[in-house]
Amino acid sequence: MKVRVSYSKLGKIRFTGHRDVARIWERTLRKAEVPVAMSTGFTPRLKMAFGLALPTGAESLVELLDVTLADDVDDLESLVRRLDESLPVGMAVTGIRECGPSEVSLQEDVVATTWVMAIDAADVSGNIDRLNAACEVWVDRERKGESRRDDIRSGILGLRTISTETSELLPPLWLGESSGVLIEATLTTAGRGIRPTELVEALVPGCEPWNHLTRVLRINQMIERDGEHVDVLSARPAHTEVGA
Amino acid sequence: MSSLWSRLEPLLARVRKPARYIGCEDGAASPQHGHGKVAWLLAYPDVYEVGLPNQGLQILYEILNERPDAVAERSYAPWVDLEKLMRERGIPLFSVDTHRSADEFDILAFNLSAELVYTNVLNMVDLAGFPVRADQRRPEHPLVIIGGHAAFNPEPMADFIDCAVLGEGEEVIGEITDVVREWKSSGRTEGSRSAVLRRLAQIPGVYVPSMYDVEYDGDRVVGITPAYPDVPELVTKRTVSDLGQWQYPKRPLAPLTEVVHDRLAVEVFRGCTRGCRFCQAGMITRPVRERPAEQVRTMITEGLKRTGYNEVSLTSLSTADFSGIESVVTSIVPDPTACGAPTVSLPSLRVDAFTVGLAAKVASGRRSGLTFAPEAGTWRLRTVINKLITEDDLYGAVESAFSSGWSRMKLYFLTGLPTETDVDTEGIVDLAAGCVSIGKKHTNRASVTVSVGGFVPKAHTPFQWFGQNGVPELRRKIGLVREAASKAKGVQVKWHDPAATLAEGIASRGDRRVGAVIERVWRAGGTFQEWSEFFDLDRWLDAMAAEGLSVDWYVTRHRDENEVFPWHHLSAGLHHDFLWQDWRSALAEAGLEDCRWTPCYDCGVCTGDGLEHIVASPVAPAGGSQGTGQNLTFGGSVPITLRPKPSLVNHDVVSAGRG
Repeated sequence: MKVRVSYSKLGKIRFTGHRDVARIWERTLRKAEVPVAMSTGFTPRLKMAFGLALPTGAESLVELLDVTLADDVDDLESLVRRLDESLPVGMAVTGIRECGPSEVSLQEDVVATTWVMAIDAADVSGNIDRLNAACEVWVDRERKGESRRDDIRSGILGLRTISTETSELLPPLWLGESSGVLIEATLTTAGRGIRPTELVEALVPGCEPWNHLTRVLRINQMIERDGEHVDVLSARPAHTEVGA
Repeated sequence: MSSLWSRLEPLLARVRKPARYIGCEDGAASPQHGHGKVAWLLAYPDVYEVGLPNQGLQILYEILNERPDAVAERSYAPWVDLEKLMRERGIPLFSVDTHRSADEFDILAFNLSAELVYTNVLNMVDLAGFPVRADQRRPEHPLVIIGGHAAFNPEPMADFIDCAVLGEGEEVIGEITDVVREWKSSGRTEGSRSAVLRRLAQIPGVYVPSMYDVEYDGDRVVGITPAYPDVPELVTKRTVSDLGQWQYPKRPLAPLTEVVHDRLAVEVFRGCTRGCRFCQAGMITRPVRERPAEQVRTMITEGLKRTGYNEVSLTSLSTADFSGIESVVTSIVPDPTACGAPTVSLPSLRVDAFTVGLAAKVASGRRSGLTFAPEAGTWRLRTVINKLITEDDLYGAVESAFSSGWSRMKLYFLTGLPTETDVDTEGIVDLAAGCVSIGKKHTNRASVTVSVGGFVPKAHTPFQWFGQNGVPELRRKIGLVREAASKAKGVQVKWHDPAATLAEGIASRGDRRVGAVIERVWRAGGTFQEWSEFFDLDRWLDAMAAEGLSVDWYVTRHRDENEVFPWHHLSAGLHHDFLWQDWRSALAEAGLEDCRWTPCYDCGVCTGDGLEHIVASPVAPAGGSQGTGQNLTFGGSVPITLRPKPSLVNHDVVSAGRG
């Protein structure tokens, strides 16, 4: 039995990296005594598959993890409770559902993610207008140790300023502590996906992104079904849904 | 309180590995500061990944936080990138628990596991905003205390610290808390600092350097005497008599980010009486005190459950010597939980086939590498250093390892040992080549890596009289090993930088005058001296020259019987006569047996402190020669025979063990 878990990562713990999170989940699953299936081979590992890596320093409301269980678990609600008790402060399960054994991996399936960013820089909204009006947006970026210059315009699927009042999604912790202009951006993850820091470089040319990006939060991950972008966790017929 | 978090937070996305600074570990305390509570900041003068697993710090953290009148938090050396940003913005050293500034604590206590971290202690004290020199600190500044193995000769740090604690901290931290609590409640008035230090100096195991006068005659130290009648002439280390009464840590820290020893650690015993003469840890942690096997099992079960780790390391200076080792190991192995069976790692393996059998039993998955430490290349030299493992022991261990599926061996050696000749040095490669040829019978992939470190004589050991090899001599010896290895197939060589060995030598047996050298190295930017990318011997040599101190005097000079050591007034419990006698025995190539299972030779530790070994088995465990050079393959049924106490004329005793 395979389950897809979504979880949030907020606050201090956002400074852990993707590998750290994998280790945190391994320990959490053992602490919660979840019967996770093991891989075979020389070094058996817990059968887990993570979605797209979250940049170190970014927060999220929708991180995703597929876990293969050795035994079927009927009571997913109690599983969620046990996981929440075992997760460190700042991480909590937000949803769980059973998923079919043949479902495409999260890494391949997700096509876009939506971010809310707090940017501390001059004329952010003017720069957003400029970017939205542009046909090409070139940024210098690094991939696999090589620097390259790419046009990222087609990967910017949505870009606007928002206010704290209009965004009910924002965690209370976030509102008090972030400074700067709030923007919401939907960025492609297909191919060479666009990172939030790369968008900041496009908005504030020549900058050191983390000097301006005071806070960044992933609020949605989407997959494509019948030409539409839909929320990843609700995209499939849900055998079980637990709101947590 | 004022948390520094809001000032730190914007910096963290800009530095490497920011998870080092967030705390939030499993097992972290929720410290509640308050009036009448003594606040300890337990500091580790190296980066978080190295410091977090430190068991001593975790134990004291827990014991202090259990006290109603104390609170403890932790701090680690910020990496150079964050330190730069902190200094630019005037952000002081902080705790990782609640991100409090260091100046909100009453005690800044450093755990020192090596000498090259000394400059980091100064850096952290300075980053905290306190004067680095103790005599310039005022009542509002915390007391700076050091402890740990590298505090057993605290003289090079004498000018910078308020106190050094010798030995184990479990009991003494409570006694220190009592004194500091009264100081705190009295308002820490002007001039009260020397009064509280005077009181601390009367606690057994607490050494207050400012209460002692050092007398020199030229280069030579001729006397170290208390400045006041109520200050003890000799400070003796603290030792807990029964490890079973100290079941700590109960809430082991499991970090959110990867650290150097990323597994549960359970200490199975303290002390070691194998008697390796180069080994400071073995000398200063005596006697042997085993934890009851039942308690070890409980700590493993509860620790794994609490942390979610699936690997436990059974720690000690020689874990295969633990009386309950087989029963403990077997009780863990066949107990698979929902997420796979936990694995056991056994650091500090003894060199024999039995031990490898044990390791094979606990190893899971891919068997990549196994490490042994014969330390010297010939039997002759091993009798000098009293590491009495025979070639048969090593080859038996290696045979057993290759046949159990391991394909890579790592052998640790020291070079620059007393009486070492080129025959001994080149013998390192002979042993390694012997191991490779055993391995080739089992796998084509067999490889042996030889790791060579330069020997640094340490305080409170029989080799404290020995003149360390200089850089050119160590380079020459490493060159001999490399050249011999280039002709031996399958033998790789790694070596420790002889320059760093020299700097360690300056700090290890230095006196108070070396303090100025440490300060110069630090002021010249020499932090993180254990990290090769930051180490530069020239900083040390320049500082020695600027202070008019001779490297030869401190490092390469042989000491004679009349030497007054800078730690003359500090005792690890070992009789001076015993250490001298053992040094003479070393030069006479005479071994000394393990006193756990043979009559006492009175090194001084047990008799002086009313202690005794706590060992569950009256005879040595099975396996190899057990470091006696005798055949003890059958373990318990063949107790070690008593050999006469070695002396200068006792050559034949050891040679009887050969072959």
